[in-house]
Amino acid sequence: MKDIIEIRWHGRGGQGAKTAALLFAEAALATGKYIQGFPEYGPERMGAPVQAFNRLSDKPITLHCGITNPDFVVVLDPTLIKTVDVIAGLADTGAIIVNTEKTAAEMKKELNFNGKVFAINASKIAKECFGKEIPNTPMMGALVKVTKFLDINGVLEDTTKKLQKKFLHKPEIIDGNIKSIKRAYDEISG
Amino acid sequence: MKVAKTGNEAMAEAMRQINPDVVAAYPITPATEIVMIFSQFVADGLVDTEYVAVESEHSAMSACIGASAAGARVMTSTSSQGLALMYEMLYIAAGLRLPIVIGEVNRALSAPINIHGDHSDTMGARDSGWIQIFSENSQEAYDSMIQAILISERAKLPVMVTTDGFIISHCLEVIDMIPDSDVKRFIGEYKPERFLLDIKKPYTLGAIDLQDYYFEHKMQEAEAMKNSKKIIMDVAAEFNKSFGREYGFFEKYKLDDADIAIVCLGSAAGTTKVVVDELRAKGIKAGLLKPRVFRPFPYKEIASELSKVKAISVLDRSDTYSAYAGPVFTEITSALYSSNIQIPVNNYIYGLGGRDIGIADITKVFEELVGISKTKKVERLIGYIGVRE
Repeated sequence: MKDIIEIRWHGRGGQGAKTAALLFAEAALATGKYIQGFPEYGPERMGAPVQAFNRLSDKPITLHCGITNPDFVVVLDPTLIKTVDVIAGLADTGAIIVNTEKTAAEMKKELNFNGKVFAINASKIAKECFGKEIPNTPMMGALVKVTKFLDINGVLEDTTKKLQKKFLHKPEIIDGNIKSIKRAYDEISG
Repeated sequence: MKVAKTGNEAMAEAMRQINPDVVAAYPITPATEIVMIFSQFVADGLVDTEYVAVESEHSAMSACIGASAAGARVMTSTSSQGLALMYEMLYIAAGLRLPIVIGEVNRALSAPINIHGDHSDTMGARDSGWIQIFSENSQEAYDSMIQAILISERAKLPVMVTTDGFIISHCLEVIDMIPDSDVKRFIGEYKPERFLLDIKKPYTLGAIDLQDYYFEHKMQEAEAMKNSKKIIMDVAAEFNKSFGREYGFFEKYKLDDADIAIVCLGSAAGTTKVVVDELRAKGIKAGLLKPRVFRPFPYKEIASELSKVKAISVLDRSDTYSAYAGPVFTEITSALYSSNIQIPVNNYIYGLGGRDIGIADITKVFEELVGISKTKKVERLIGYIGVRE
């Protein structure tokens, strides 16, 4: 395994790409990893394409440059594929996870990518688990499965704690989000 | 305890633990979060601070000066245009010898408008009489904020601690936080020698000072900056003894046996360390000197550390628009010259307005240094990295 794992998240403003990257980083920290989580700061607007990034390592990370050759790419919105080069810099040894109704095989063809392609209907899972089409937490579950870097139980435990702090007065949101992470972890295919 | 914090969160947490008497601030990107988080601490009753919401940075620094002169422990935070708007008051804070601490997030100056990280703002204040401490990452920013309180109060000089805008201010990283009670013990209580609200010992502050005494006072200020060197090292030693993290005027990374070296400040030094490791694995003796304290400038110490390398490249994240070089380059080369050390040095301006600097960029600089170390000739004195020419 490489010393540092690099991840790029693609989403649209409001879909929670930054939040997912930060939650993923904190969950990784809870399992003893060194982490970085940072968004790309361009002009931010609801619905505009945005990116967020993660670095994970067993050792302290001193790199402070942008991520141009990620090992993993996560796409929160399938409509981005037509407008953003989501596989830019992604080597064939890498993997991409897409929130889509399509199968992994269909997505692989659409992306024209030789590496691993994983498909998960995260929007549907989110809708069913907590009633909103915000796919970031289920996509985090999918990423945990694909990266094989973190223990899912540790992630669920830590994320529960983080969400409990954030949504003190909305416990129903917490349970739904946690359920969605677990479901995406179990259902992802590629 | 290891926690995940952005640079801004780390600075705000340090301020919470320091629990200053007064914070007067005006928010500005990318430092906004520092005062936003801190004002929440005030609202939640986690600190005893009197928070003064002012209408501009000029007023923020003015209020800080007033509160500090009155005898309070005072902090604020700003960035870029905000620091520029404080300019007039920065000199007054230093000239009145007031121990104010700024958490400063390095950002480009307008025009053109840009909110991203470079060192132009801090470099513009380099001769204002403030102690300047640069941070590579959130951990250093957090640790330096705590040290800055003691440094400023002992040196009777204001201090700014900086992080690189967005690159560090908005990057979530792992930092080791010190328990609240340990920070409280470490910084102790602030007992100013003199303060305006001490009615038993009245004194005059900020009086007119013409040909008769101005020079003596400014010389004392210069002397205070010289004396602050020992204070900075003493505080670093106390910090290391208490918390086990070592700080000094600069950090050396694989420099002692290096043939070639890069000198740079802030977050780019972290990326440079990765390149140094890669080159070392190939048998190239590369090293790094990362100045942490830029004011006072430890010219003798830096010159001595660099004296054994064969070629140096100084990277500057700001320009002086002087038709010459970047501010770090001019300091480093003058330090070498005044120490009678003759080493080929070149200068690269990089990263203005947040332009990324990556492994490949820094590798190129080192590769050029390999050549210079052999020929002893600098073909191009001042260059630019990652810009369309």
